[in-house]
Order: sequence, then C-alpha cells, then structure tokens
Amino acid sequence: MMAKKVLHSLTLNGEQVDVATPSGATLLETLREDLRVLSSKRGCNQGVCGACTLLVDGKPVRACLTLTARCEGHEIQTVDGMGEDHVMATLQRHMVESGGVQCGFCTGGVLISARELLAEDPMPSREAVKTALSGNVCRCTGYRTIVDAVVGAAEELAQ
Amino acid sequence: MSLDQADPIFVGGTVGKSVAKPDNLEKVQGRAEYIADLYRPGMLHGAILASPHAHARINGYDLTDALDAPGVVAIITGDDVGDGRMGAFIKDEHAIAKGKVLYVGEPVAAVAARTEEEARQACRLIRVEYEELPAVLSPEAGLEPDAPILHEKLSEYIKVFDAGSEGNLCSRTELSEGDVDAAWADCDVIVEDEFTTQPQAHVSMEPCGALAEVDATGRVTLWSANQSVFRVQANVCESLGLPMSKLRSLTPRVGAGFGNKMEPHIQPITVALAMKAKRPVKLILSREEDFEMVRARHPYRVRMKTGAKADGTLVARDCEVLVDCGAFADDSPGVLGYSLLMCGGPYRIPNLRASGRLVYTNKLRFGAFRGFGNPQVLFAGEQQIDQIGDKLGLDPFEIRRRNMLQEGDQWFVGPRIGSNGLARCMDAVEEAAKGPRADGSPRNFGLSVTAHISGLLGTGAIVRMLEDGTISLNTGATDIGQGSDTVLAQICAEELKLPFDQVVVASPDTDGSPYNWGTTASRVTYTTGRAVKAAAGKVVEQAMDHAAEMLDCDVEDLELREGGRIGQRGSNTDVTFAEISGRAHWAVGGPLVGSETLVFDEPTHDPKRAIALGLPFPRIGVFSFAALGVDIDIDDTSGQVTVHEAWSAADVGRAINPRLVDVQLHGGFVQGLGYALYEEMVWDGARLANPSLMDYKVPTARDVPDAIHTFIIEDPDPTGPFGAKGAGEIGLNTVPGAIANAVAKATSARHTDLPLTGERVLDGMLGPDPSQD
Ligand code: FES
Ligand code: FES
Repeated sequence: MMAKKVLHSLTLNGEQVDVATPSGATLLETLREDLRVLSSKRGCNQGVCGACTLLVDGKPVRACLTLTARCEGHEIQTVDGMGEDHVMATLQRHMVESGGVQCGFCTGGVLISARELLAEDPMPSREAVKTALSGNVCRCTGYRTIVDAVVGAAEELAQ
Repeated sequence: MSLDQADPIFVGGTVGKSVAKPDNLEKVQGRAEYIADLYRPGMLHGAILASPHAHARINGYDLTDALDAPGVVAIITGDDVGDGRMGAFIKDEHAIAKGKVLYVGEPVAAVAARTEEEARQACRLIRVEYEELPAVLSPEAGLEPDAPILHEKLSEYIKVFDAGSEGNLCSRTELSEGDVDAAWADCDVIVEDEFTTQPQAHVSMEPCGALAEVDATGRVTLWSANQSVFRVQANVCESLGLPMSKLRSLTPRVGAGFGNKMEPHIQPITVALAMKAKRPVKLILSREEDFEMVRARHPYRVRMKTGAKADGTLVARDCEVLVDCGAFADDSPGVLGYSLLMCGGPYRIPNLRASGRLVYTNKLRFGAFRGFGNPQVLFAGEQQIDQIGDKLGLDPFEIRRRNMLQEGDQWFVGPRIGSNGLARCMDAVEEAAKGPRADGSPRNFGLSVTAHISGLLGTGAIVRMLEDGTISLNTGATDIGQGSDTVLAQICAEELKLPFDQVVVASPDTDGSPYNWGTTASRVTYTTGRAVKAAAGKVVEQAMDHAAEMLDCDVEDLELREGGRIGQRGSNTDVTFAEISGRAHWAVGGPLVGSETLVFDEPTHDPKRAIALGLPFPRIGVFSFAALGVDIDIDDTSGQVTVHEAWSAADVGRAINPRLVDVQLHGGFVQGLGYALYEEMVWDGARLANPSLMDYKVPTARDVPDAIHTFIIEDPDPTGPFGAKGAGEIGLNTVPGAIANAVAKATSARHTDLPLTGERVLDGMLGPDPSQD
C-alpha cells in the first residue's frame, strides 16, 4: 500500500493547484514527485546546500525542510515560474553573461537568494552579496562570477 | 525583456571570444534536466542497501520480508549478477558486492519499488548473513605480511598494464633517470621530509544517479550522471556480461563531476534492477550515500628528498609515495603513475627517481579528482624548492627560474615539452604581487608553480553539414558544466568561418557519437578540439569539391569566406554552404560529413633516457603551466589561515573562451582552498564519520577572498586546436603548496601534513623553531 496521500491546495507561481501528496511530504518531494516542478534540486535534503531554495510569501525557504502541509494558503514561487519578474529576469541575464553558471545545479537556488537580497537591499556591497549567498553552495564557479552577476544586475536595475 | 537577447552571435572569428554558454539559458530558467529530473512511463524508483561492515563474507540473503513490503517490484543482490568485473586499469569490481563486502557503504542489495520511500523502507527489511573478517584500514597495514587479503583472486584479474599486483598491493610504479644515489655527493644542500595529505570529497552539487530502461528486444537504454557515456557503457557491460551493442548510454545535463562521475557509480546496479523488474528504474543517491559509495581524492604519504648545488641548481630528487587505493583499483593506478611522472615539478633535475605503491584497503574507492595525484606531490615538492631557496638566500621566483624546464626539453622519463609559458606566468604573478599591501604592511607571500598535461587517450568528432548549410557537431564528450560544448562549437565554427550559433552540439550518445574517453584529465579542449578542427577541415575540403563543380573551376582557385561561402579568388562569385549542401544531398560525392579520431601521437617514455616500470599511460599529451602566489593572514589566537589576496596565472596555450578559462581558475582555486585549509574526510575506525554537508565543510561565498586575480597566459601549442592546451585542473594543483609556503614565511614553521588547519598552524607557531633543528 502506498503511503497515505493527503490533498493540499497550494498557490504556485500565481496559480491555484490541488495536489495529493504523501502525508508528511516535504515541499521538495511534493513539487518534484507529485507536480513535476523540477527547478528545485535535491543537493543534500538537509537544509545545508541551498539547491532547493524557493520563495514562500516572497521569502527564501529550503524546500527540503518545509512540510507541504504548512504551505496551504501561502504563495510559493519557483525559479522556473519567475521569468516575468523584471528583477529576476535581469539577474538571470547577468548570470548568463558573467559566467556565473557552470553546471547549473546550484543556479536556481542562487537566483532565488539573490532575488530576495535585491528586494531588501537594491544596491548591495560585494560583502553583502556574499553573505546573502553563503547558504548556497557552488562547487564549480569559485563564486566570483556569481557575485559579479548579482552586483551587475543591481547596478543595471538602479539606473 | 527577452533572455534571448543574451545569446551572442559572433561573426568574424569566435575563437578567443567569451561566448556565453548556450546551456546557461535553460539553467537560469530552472529548465535544465539532470538525471533526477528524468521520468519514464511506468518508472520505478531504486534504493540501495549498504554494507555495515568493512570486510565480511556474505553467506546468504533473506529477502522474504523485503519482497512483501509495499510497492516492491524487484530486488537484486550479488546472486543476480555473474562474475563479470569492471575497472579502467584492473578489472576487480563487481556490479554489486558478490561473495564479500570490502567497505562500509558498499552496495549489497538494491530494491526497485513504486516510490523512493518504499524502496528505502524495503531495504531495511533485507537480511544479509555476514561473516566478519579482519579489515585493512591503512596502506601500511595492508602491506603487513599477515594482513587480511581483500582480493584473493587478484592474480587472475585482467590488467591493462604491467601492474605488479600482489597480496594487497594493487599496483606499483618505478621511474628513474640519472643516478640518484651517486648524485647526493654533488649536492651542497639537501632537504628531506615526509608529507601526508588527506582524503578530499568531490562534493559535486548533484549527487550521482542513473535511469535504466529495457526495450522489447532486451536492449538497455541508460541515462546517468557521468563524465563519459563510453566509460559507463564499458563498465556496465563488463560487470553485467552484456555485449556493448546491447547497451545505449546517454547523458542528461550533469551537475558537475571533478572526477567522481568518470568511472562507474551505480549505473550497473540500476541496469541490473531494470532488467530484473522489467520496468524503467531510476536510482538517485542521497548526499550521504554519495559521500560513502562513490569515490574520493587519495590520501598520500610522500617521502621526498631534494638536493641542489650552492648556486641553486637542482641536482637530484628521490620521491617515494604510499597511496591508499580503497577497495577497488578504479583510476588509482593512473593516479599513482601520473603523480610520479609529475613529482619532479616543472624543473630540470638530472637525477630523479620516483617510486610508489598503491595498496588496497577496506575503504571506499579513491579515484580521479581534479589534479589526479599532482596536488599531493606538489605540496611536498614546492615546499622543498622554497626550503632550498631559503638556505641559499634565493627568493622563490629566483630559485624556480634557475631550474625551470624550457621549451624543447624533455619531461621526466621522456615526453617532449612543446610550448611553455611558465616564465611568463611567474612574471605576471611577481609583477602583480610586488611591494607591500595597500596599507603598507608586509605580505605573507607564498608561491607554487606547476605543470599539467592534456591529451590522454582516444577521442573523435563528426561534423555534418545539414541541408541548409548549418552544422551538427557530435563528439561524445560530456559537458559537465565547464563549457566544452561551447568551446568545441567555437573551434568548429572558427574552422568553418561560420557564426557560432550555426553550430549545434549533439548530446553524447554511444549509438551515434564517436568514441570519447571522457571529460577528465584536462583533455577535452585539447584532444577533442583537435578532432573537431580536423573533422571540420574535412567538411571544408568536401565543400570545396562540390563548389569547384558548381563554379566550374579548380579547387586551387577557391577560398573559404566568412559566413559560410566558398568563392573564386579574385572574383565576387561565390556559393553558400546552403547551396553546396543542398546540392550535395543529390550529387555524386554525397552529403558533407567530416570525421576524425585520434590518440596523442608522441610517446611518454623514452627508453634511452629513463627506466619506467608500471607506467599505465603510453602517451600523455602536451603541458600546460601555471603559477600561483598567495598572501595570507593568520589569526594569532586560532591559527586560522585566510587568504588576503591571490594571483593565479596559467598558460593554456590559447584561451578559446577566456571567460570559461577564468572560471576554471577561480573554481579550481576555491576547491583547492578547501583542500588546503579544512576539507577532510575522517574515518572513525572503518566508518566515514562525516558523510554530510553539515559535517564536511566546503567553501561558501563568504570564505572566498575578493582579491583573486587571474592571468591567462597564451603560449600557443603548435599541435593544439588554434594553439589551445588544457585548463581544467591546473588552477587547483598549486593551492596547498603556495599556502604552505606562505605559512612557513609567516610563522617560520614548515608543515608536512594537510590540511593546514588552525590547530596545526597554531601548533607550528607555538612549537620549537624548526630552523634550530
Ligand atoms: S536540498 Fe535543501 S538545502 Fe540542500
Ligand atoms: S555551477 Fe555547479 S554548483 Fe554552482
């Protein structure tokens, strides 16, 4: 017998979705296994790597540590559904151009954290960018190009 | 605003331009598909039961409860696989533990069920009857005369080189030139020490995974996180006894590799499960399993002795290494051989001897990791160069310049050095780092230099001109995020004088791609780039033949023009690739397809020059060079080292894509920083004590200094595609040695053990002054 499924009603990237998911499922499991929304990645399932980061009510959250049941009535945003967001689109373009993307496994989480930073602090220093991204592990880039991208996007948005 | 605006198109030469990788777009949009993101109709999920013992005989399995568990469709154990063994150098590894387990964490059984959770639950219900055996937990213990033996049938295993295997000795390598024993008498200074380096985890952000499916004829399609679809195919087929034609190996996007996805992980298990379940099976490791089951950087014990004349001229070096192999040979014999080849560093040392032993232990396999044995020996060697310089009053740049290998020299045991930009790398670092810090305080400066090869093993390329004149490039090289698809497309576009965006790169597929050994050993730009350039050149030749007929002239009168046109010299008449290719699909001569395969053609070993025993690589390729300077701070109370500023210069021949080279240097530096300062896999007895990102710290954005300066030096290699040489590993090699040299400068204490933790550095600061001994 499959683990008992529970029906939840979520708001995902502006749309209402009803999903049956195993009771006790994390948001990461529900998104990936039940909804096939795959932009949040399972890098550690322990809240450390940041690859699963998404926005709940505009705040970055670790999907691997968040119970789906707790998200009813809250606004969930994932990087694949944020292309219309001007700040996100600017960040994405700078990441593409600066070389901040290598394997890309960390990239979605990095962009979510950076999006939140720019909402709080539109002209962050390099130090502030590094602090904001310190929960997003990237094993490829050495971080320089990622920090460049976020600072570059902030400068462009400030113009 | 459209993201597509970021997609740059270059006309008039793309080599040397920092084209943005096309795959960046799907990655920033969260649309890139990695192995965990693939689903197939009717797909099951797999999970693995890992061995709790380091060394034990398996006397039987009881699967009753597990088979009754909810959702379970199939279970495999060692009883389900034949006696096939896989391995790059020594074929010593079953698809899954069979008869014995050899390390804690080794896969013993695997379950396919409807969900991952059900598969994991069922694993807990499998009962295995073990008979525990004494374990070998260090190479020293493994060499004891009465040591328990891991591989009783070692002598019967297939080996692809003269390994000298015996007992727990997996392989040995001995290289020598000159007369080391006699040469010490000619030395005015001699330094000697024993060094140890720790195991490092790759921590690719994507854990390993695979998805296998069997078709109606029994043929298998396998997607997996990999660095070579061809090594996956070979390993699965060897271990499961399948003809290679019965398995198609593919790759989705790969969440980085650094070596841990080069050789097999769980692909054979996933295939065996799918064959038994008769349904597609996906198996994705947890982070903990990825730490415990895959592979890691080898811990080394290095005994090194170096001697020089009073003017600083190096005379002799003796280097002996003892390497922990882990339970299976994997890439280890290659790592051992390569580290010994590199142990002299980029110096003229007329009397040089290197020997090493690789010993099986009851730990997870150690294997390829960015640097491939070079960082370990360099940590020793670059400190000894500084020590000799210190004794003779020669600064770190001077002692290195006096001994540097030059273009045309032979490297240790024989390979000839082509282009050599090492002097320019050192000049760049010295110039940029000279003088005190901005605030006037003195620097705690340390230097390390290195060379690294690119050019191992077989590669190929197929370039096809489509009917409209655009190009399909197929190389079989897996892009693991570093951007090889982009670089190879740039090389192809340049040779064809086409805009970059008119070349599309096919995803590696063993059914359709030419052979490629793998994305490893800094080799793709150099070797595959050569094949691409040659294959594209053949397409140009074929296009010329058609154009000559179309323009009714001799081929000798034709020229290739920008943007995909061929015209008659001295006239404006020309025909486009679209016209040529459209015609070629109907005309004699046929459609335009250029292909090339190659293996680097100069030998590694010159028997007139040196003795070499147990060297696994007959041909290693060309040499890239690099220099790294670091200026560090040390916290007085904790001993914690931080890098204040760093200067990393690399001679990569020609940077096909400068930004991608630059990111390699930054990424390599930061991975090397973790290795030099704190990353360490720790065993508690036979069990890995820190298999999680909570307990195994890797550098985060906050741990990285802003002032890392990179310098790309271009000394084109005549054999490289547009002069290019490899760039993937060289930025990491130098980090431990440079930091150790800076620590010695700052504290007057030499450190022979990695990592250079605060505790060790503080001990050095408080301990006796080593210059007194
Ligand atoms: S997967 Fe959630 S933080 Fe790593
Ligand atoms: S790009 Fe690979 S982990 Fe960040």
